[in-house]
Amino acid sequence: MKITDLVEETYLALVSNKARSGLTILGIVIGIGSVIAMIAIGQGTQTSIKSSIESLGSNLVMVMPGAQRTAGSPVSSGRGSAQTLTVEDSNAIKDKISLAKGVAPVTSGRYQITAKGTNTNTQVVGTNAEYPAVKSVSVDQGTFFTDQQAKSGAKVAVLGPTTASDLFGSSSQPVGQTIKIKGMEFKVIGTTVTKGGSGFNNQDDMVYIPLAAAQRYFTGSEYISTINVQAVDEKSMAELQTQITALLLERHNISDATLADFSVMNQADIVASASAITGTLTLLLGAIAGISLVVGGIGIMNMMLTNVTERTREIGLRKAIGAKRREISLQFLAEAIMLTFLGGLIGITMGWLIALGVSHFANIATEVSLSSVALAFGVSALIGIIFGYYPAQRAAALNPIEALRYE
Amino acid sequence: MIDCKNLKKTYKNGDNETTVLKGVSFNIEAGEFVAIIGPSGSGKSTLMHILGALDKATSGDYFLDGKNMSTLSEDELAEIRKNKIGFVFQSFNLLPRATALRNVMLPLVYAGMPRSERAARARVALKNAGLDEKYYDRRSNQLSGGQMQRVAIARALVNDPSIILADEPTGNLDTKTGEIVLSTFQELNEKKHHTIILITHEHDVAEHADRIIFVRDGEIVEDKKNPRKILAGHINYND
Repeated sequence: MKITDLVEETYLALVSNKARSGLTILGIVIGIGSVIAMIAIGQGTQTSIKSSIESLGSNLVMVMPGAQRTAGSPVSSGRGSAQTLTVEDSNAIKDKISLAKGVAPVTSGRYQITAKGTNTNTQVVGTNAEYPAVKSVSVDQGTFFTDQQAKSGAKVAVLGPTTASDLFGSSSQPVGQTIKIKGMEFKVIGTTVTKGGSGFNNQDDMVYIPLAAAQRYFTGSEYISTINVQAVDEKSMAELQTQITALLLERHNISDATLADFSVMNQADIVASASAITGTLTLLLGAIAGISLVVGGIGIMNMMLTNVTERTREIGLRKAIGAKRREISLQFLAEAIMLTFLGGLIGITMGWLIALGVSHFANIATEVSLSSVALAFGVSALIGIIFGYYPAQRAAALNPIEALRYE
Repeated sequence: MIDCKNLKKTYKNGDNETTVLKGVSFNIEAGEFVAIIGPSGSGKSTLMHILGALDKATSGDYFLDGKNMSTLSEDELAEIRKNKIGFVFQSFNLLPRATALRNVMLPLVYAGMPRSERAARARVALKNAGLDEKYYDRRSNQLSGGQMQRVAIARALVNDPSIILADEPTGNLDTKTGEIVLSTFQELNEKKHHTIILITHEHDVAEHADRIIFVRDGEIVEDKKNPRKILAGHINYND
């Protein structure tokens, strides 16, 4: 039997029972479609989380205070609680480590802010002039404060777009106006471009003021909460991390690295751990969808078994006119594979459309990757072979005499 | 052409052994039209299955065109059925949704004949089986019983087999249609010199053959030339 004949026989067999073939295909369509759609949603989420982390600044290393330990006491009050980092640490990094392209020390707190008749409560970030470059923040209107202003503690502020519209409305000009932070007057000299963040630590809902001013008027101490360091390039991030650790250990007179009173975090680590979470999510979604694929496969087996029983006499006849075992099993296998093949094609299209629909209507980023399409297709072909094999063997093993007599 | 020597067939069912054929020997020459007749349970169906290479004898030898069938494997038997045997069944066994032409072309598909030649071959076979040309493209489940059996005969003919085995070919047909089908067999035998073996339990049907083999209880009880056919001098009195 030639391939063309096999395809023709298969086609005729499937067409002669359109309703049943259609329903069986539907099972596979749903399975493949949901696998494609779910993986698309998962991977889309992964990409958007990754890019939003990267939008916080590129090649970023963050130094945070470590746990507070009292001498002689084993009690730890938790990471970030200690006040161990100072502006001098920040300056030392800037001066002594050549891999550090930009260094932006930060001290922050939430305060009540008022303008003419409006008020809001938001994050106030005290930092230096390098902050926009290090954290990838761009100035929209006006300017960011200068190095000079940062050191002198000038009472100027740069507003995030959300804060600006909360205080001054979306249409008016905030630059040149005055705001009060905890009753202290600051002149607005600029606004930043929106970064599209939301929720906790929203970069659009912030007020930037000179570091010296923040320390002088609000925190009242020389300690800072974070030092953001930008590496010269991506390759040197790990090296930068080690150098910062070594430098700060030396400055803080700590000989045992495990007792460090600060921690140095690499942005790549954060991206990696976020990716791990979303990767698990993708896997979970894919696995749930995979179950429906298996159910679809069992549907195929069910249909093929019914088919073999129903067409027992036909099988008997084919054997009587000289069909070999292999030709019979090939024919039934081909039918199962054709069903999954068609189901797979339609399913991929459906899944892709669902993914498009989800990103369009539900505003969730989706990404149909070639690998997920290949995977779904491979799986559907495999299901055709696995679930088609048993019925095909049953058909091939029929005794022609009994098959011809079958009522 | 067909040479059977002491064919025995025993079915085992647990401890029970049923002997269906108890040593059957006969020859059939090319171009003969033979009827094998016997009541149900006589073993004639088993004999037909062995002659048709669907089954193998428990012991004894069956030579078809000089080849011993009892030594062949399942696939080799399939090969024999494909090239040397044409079946006509009581219940036609056509593919219901396929056209008459396609049903006849089916053996050619398995024989691996080039596509372009199949339709022409099938048309010749259908013509020889006496089916009117207007039914060729009709689906077989839209045909009458007599027409269906003609399609089945054409399917048996299409590969130009050594023998045509007809198992109760008139069993599902009324007397008149049955006569037409039987005269088709006679014509194929007389004009195209096909070897035909007719298996039946009806004497009226067996009377159409030139030679009649009587089977009873797994043995041949009589093997004779058809006296009526000899008297009639091979004139087909059914026409």
